[in-house]
Amino acid sequence: MARSVTTGHKAIATAGAWIVALLIFFPILYTIITSFKSETEAIAGFDLIPSFTTESYAEVQSQYNYFKPFLNSVLLSVGSTVIALAIAIPAAWSMAFSPTRRTKDILMWMLSTKMMPAVAVLFPMYIIFRDLGLLDSRIGLMIMLTMINLPIVVWMLYTYFREIPGEILEAARMDGASLWNEIVYVLTPMAVPGIASTMLLNIILAWNEAFWTIRLTTTDAAPLTAFISSFSSPQGLFWAKLSAASTLAIAPILIMGWFSQKQLVRGLTFGAVK
Amino acid sequence: MATRQTRGLARLMLAPSVIFLFVWMIVPLAITLWFSFQQYNPLNPINDRFVWFANYVIFYSNPAFFAAILNTLVLVASVLAITVIGGILLALLLDQPMWGQGIVRILVISPFFVMPPVAALVWKNMILHPGYGVTADIARFFGLQPIDWFANYPLFSIIMIVAWQWLPFATLILLTSLQSLDGEQKEAAEMDGAGFLSRFWYLTLPHLSRGITVVILIQTIFLLAVYAEILVTTNGGPGFASTNLPFLVYQKASLEFRIGQASAGGIIAVILANIVAFFLMRAVGKNLDK
Repeated sequence: MARSVTTGHKAIATAGAWIVALLIFFPILYTIITSFKSETEAIAGFDLIPSFTTESYAEVQSQYNYFKPFLNSVLLSVGSTVIALAIAIPAAWSMAFSPTRRTKDILMWMLSTKMMPAVAVLFPMYIIFRDLGLLDSRIGLMIMLTMINLPIVVWMLYTYFREIPGEILEAARMDGASLWNEIVYVLTPMAVPGIASTMLLNIILAWNEAFWTIRLTTTDAAPLTAFISSFSSPQGLFWAKLSAASTLAIAPILIMGWFSQKQLVRGLTFGAVK
Repeated sequence: MATRQTRGLARLMLAPSVIFLFVWMIVPLAITLWFSFQQYNPLNPINDRFVWFANYVIFYSNPAFFAAILNTLVLVASVLAITVIGGILLALLLDQPMWGQGIVRILVISPFFVMPPVAALVWKNMILHPGYGVTADIARFFGLQPIDWFANYPLFSIIMIVAWQWLPFATLILLTSLQSLDGEQKEAAEMDGAGFLSRFWYLTLPHLSRGITVVILIQTIFLLAVYAEILVTTNGGPGFASTNLPFLVYQKASLEFRIGQASAGGIIAVILANIVAFFLMRAVGKNLDK
């Protein structure tokens, strides 16, 4: 590196960045701290040191059966992502390796479906779900989450697949590999990292989806988004319990998110920024 | 290179995605369009009939509609301004050499992964609550009267929450974009004696323009649809002070059962989103040709 960085410069940048980062992170940090307080402590004024009680966590489970919405969130986000991958992998494969004149138009059209505001189809979706008996059902919501994330899944996979050099496939074909062998032995190993990243990002998006998961569920299929929203009224959870429920709701996704920063940029910008 | 057989197979592999998405989009949208020309109330079906454009007219003459459109635009514009300017500054800061850069990045990106209802309730209760929130504690420490944010500044409070959620996104995209800036160019500019400001203005900012465009367009899509944050904090109030277009449509459909008016509002929302989508597609489409 030609430019020498003075220690003073580095120290100032470090101090500035840490102060800003801690300010931004503070609401999350304070929620985690409060979750380890008792209810009386939680409203006793600003205090960064809790008594490290886990009573709020126990009460969230015993009073509100927390495990059920948590399980629903896991099933819905993982389930919808797996279904979306199953539909999207062939589509992305075909567009990346056998592009036609229309490929670009199809990709753009898929992207445009993602931009339809959910609220515009609230009532039609409601009556369709009602008539099919899918209201408050995990299957119904899984289909919904699959469909709203399908465009992003196709797009992400497409941008990953496109980076696999076509010559390798041609070489395999020359060696007499059948299409099936080509997919299983040549393409799949090279595609696994891209598929894994796509999966990770879409589990995050499905976990945090907060329109349909709230509007199309009541109790049986309600995931954490709907569960937490039901505590918006004043009679709801108290501070410590709200914090415990919130900490549990965001922890798994926060950790997954930290590992997927790069993929996040790529997936959410539809490959426009890498 | 592809034989006819593989081409046919390729089409077959593409078909499910295209068909599912097409049906998924077109059927509900057609139903909404149909209902937007009807007077339809499932609780009081006696007056149900075809009313042409009456729903659109009612929606326009309803003061709530104007409030909702205005609130939607204020929300989108404010959050964009905060996140883009804040995101550029943060990206520049995080791009500096420092100790613990990895952890700083993780702390800054975290709010983006917090589900909207949790983000909104944490801010409502732990940070902004006039009795027990941290801002109230700080105000009392300085001997001031704590502010009841959601009662006095409802839209501003929601803007704060939503900006907190999206600032990490803008920062992350712009930081990624910043790191792809050619180091040699930067050094050359430095050697030529270009100061920090002129380097930023003539080199960094033009380089970031693509990232900024993408941030603005993608955020606009999501910001036009803000819903859960309003539902769990102000519920649109007081009055219509924090009702945006999606929330108004939800109220008309799910609470007042005025399906016709709600559908007309939904169609307006589609048109708004499509105007943005048009520009986003052009920005993304350019990238495809490369």
